[in-house]
Amino acid sequence: MNDRVAVRKTYKLFIGGAFPRSESGRTYGVHDAKEKFLANAAKGSRKDARDAALAARAGFAGWSAATAYNRGQVLYRVAEVMEGRREQFIADVQAAEGLGDKKSARVVDTSIDRLVWYAGWADKYAQVLGNTNPVAGPYFNFAIPEPTGVVAAIAPQDSSLLGLVSVIAPIVVTGNTVVVVASTRRPIPAITLTEVLATADLPPGVVNVLTGDPAEIAPWLASHGDVNAIDLTGVTNQDLAKQLEIEAAGTVKRVRRPAQPNWLATPDLGRLTFFIETKTVWHPIGA
Amino acid sequence: MTFEYAPAPESRAIVSIASSYGLFINGEFVDPTGGTTFKTVNPATEEVLAEISEANQSDVNAAVNSARQAYDRIWSVMSGRDRAKYLFRIARLLQERAREFAVLETLDNGKPIRESRDIDVPLAAAHFFYHAGWADKLEYAGLGANPQPLGVAGQIIPWNFPLLMLAWKIAPALACGNTVVLKPAESTSLTALLFAEICQQADLPPGVVNIITGAGETGRMIVEHEGIDKIAFTGSTEVGKSIARALAGTNRKLTLELGGKAANIVFDDAPIDQAVEGIVDGIFFNQGHVCCAGSRLLLQESIAEETIDALKRRLQTLRLGDPLDKNTDIGAINSREQLNKIDELIKSGDDAGAQRWTAPCELPDKGWWCAPTIFTNVTQAHRIAREEIFGPVLSVLTFRTPDEAIEKANNTPFGLSAGIWTEKGSRILWMANQLRAGVIWANTFNRFDPTSPFGGFKESGFGREGGIQGLSAYLQSANDGADRARGAS
Repeated sequence: MNDRVAVRKTYKLFIGGAFPRSESGRTYGVHDAKEKFLANAAKGSRKDARDAALAARAGFAGWSAATAYNRGQVLYRVAEVMEGRREQFIADVQAAEGLGDKKSARVVDTSIDRLVWYAGWADKYAQVLGNTNPVAGPYFNFAIPEPTGVVAAIAPQDSSLLGLVSVIAPIVVTGNTVVVVASTRRPIPAITLTEVLATADLPPGVVNVLTGDPAEIAPWLASHGDVNAIDLTGVTNQDLAKQLEIEAAGTVKRVRRPAQPNWLATPDLGRLTFFIETKTVWHPIGA
Repeated sequence: MTFEYAPAPESRAIVSIASSYGLFINGEFVDPTGGTTFKTVNPATEEVLAEISEANQSDVNAAVNSARQAYDRIWSVMSGRDRAKYLFRIARLLQERAREFAVLETLDNGKPIRESRDIDVPLAAAHFFYHAGWADKLEYAGLGANPQPLGVAGQIIPWNFPLLMLAWKIAPALACGNTVVLKPAESTSLTALLFAEICQQADLPPGVVNIITGAGETGRMIVEHEGIDKIAFTGSTEVGKSIARALAGTNRKLTLELGGKAANIVFDDAPIDQAVEGIVDGIFFNQGHVCCAGSRLLLQESIAEETIDALKRRLQTLRLGDPLDKNTDIGAINSREQLNKIDELIKSGDDAGAQRWTAPCELPDKGWWCAPTIFTNVTQAHRIAREEIFGPVLSVLTFRTPDEAIEKANNTPFGLSAGIWTEKGSRILWMANQLRAGVIWANTFNRFDPTSPFGGFKESGFGREGGIQGLSAYLQSANDGADRARGAS
């Protein structure tokens, strides 16, 4: 090792494709699994949450109208860029989660593979989940899956990268946009991921990442009139989960309740199908 | 030219209505433990039809226990093939007794016999027939191998399509292996109670279907009951929100089919005569008591005047009156309370400066009636353009470009349905794509079928009824079932 003084990074939010500091000017200390200081992360506020929801709404029109082929390629591109940063992600996950070399590598590899898996779904789920319906009359009738809209998600607290990727990929692959609150104590893998997202042709606003305390930020997302669904996967406090579900009821949001699945296992389509709406179209048949 | 019609009433002799009804719990009719009852009334005559029992907490407990026992001991362990046969039986019995159901529905609800006879009852039977066939094919429902039922379903339905909404709720729940506790709306309990008799005739095992009657308070007891695994509700957005709040923090699942404020969009190249029929079907079907009613007419500016004139001419031929008369187009408003709500919104349209036109028809002296009403000069800010009226009241707005039509159509918290009228195929598909609504009718309106999924975007609710998609409202993948058993999700 030489004596060069390292250039340290300022960790910021990711909103609308840009990297702002928290509007509140606040930060909080992030420590590794052994309680050693790593960095100061932005402590997201109500205003940040609203800005992120606005950015996600602005991004929705374009992303939901993009071709399935295009969305698949963008997600695949994210996987490609992650692969190039594999060593950095392994180091980040190791510091955040205190895993050994092999386990951290497995987590990062699984995260990349998961993105590739979901990327491949982009132009297939409509074929699997959509159909024509043999109605009893002279009508052509078909049902297709459409994105729910803007989704707010609370990322898993423990699985800082694999859990995060496993939550956001099935949301965005179908054309939704997302505001995700990263793991509070382990935000750095998520922040590294935002640098990948910013350089992987993902349009601004499709994924917005906030760091901070879900108990402070999430209620503003749960009650936000322009958020259509909320994924509470990473909420560990039952009272908070209940409060958020109550807030979400005010605008009839779809609510995915807290869960702690084994993220290393191959997922089914449950997460992808949760954030879609079936649209049924009728047209008469006649000569 | 006015046509005179001789009265052509359907005979009500086919139906015998008891003077009072108990609750249908565990396969038999029982008296309510609290002994309280309420009256159900023919909205066309204000005649009392019968005394209906009001279920209290111990009745709800009994119904849930009965459903739980039937689930554990019989229905969840019965083969899909046998469940199917019970549902096929129910479908056939509904067809056999179709006229009886139609007359009873019309008496209790006020809708024209033409609709109850040709739409409500046949569709209800078709719903059971369609779902019967699913019962032994659930591994093809898209939820992986060995999908699991949810358990006991609590189902609360509205008064606008009493028997049809019962079928939409009970048929898929039973096909997927769930048992049910269903509450009809307090003003329209009679066809649900007649359906209980069908369950008896079909020898459906006791407890698989329990029907308890009552008002909002009974509904609340069902929603809050911890012995219920899933709530399915069709009704107002306000009540839907309160149900979602009540289920917060529990493991109970929920699907909601709530209000709407559908745009029916007519372009200048549409065949006006067909569009006018579609507009009439869209908002005056079932007196406008339809959550997916096309209550906002969006007319392209160049054809607005001509279309409104044609519409007014057409409305003058609609016949309002005795719902049992086979020539009747517009029946009675289901309750005084609903009529008051409609009148209040009509007044708000007047007060806001919209231009009202009311079809010139004579209203009967008794009962609750509302003549077909059209408002023009409506702006998007008017309450009559934003709130669900749930009555025969149409608000007309105009647009110039397809983009403007989409912007106006989507400018609502609801997203249940929408209509498009144009001869241009590419425009239909583009519009269908842009509209944020669950059901899109192009060059038609208010069509329903058991194979066709129905349900809303945004504040019109979540979950689907009908089609393969509707099955996931009562079914979970084997993985989800295991997670739930562990209490993980």
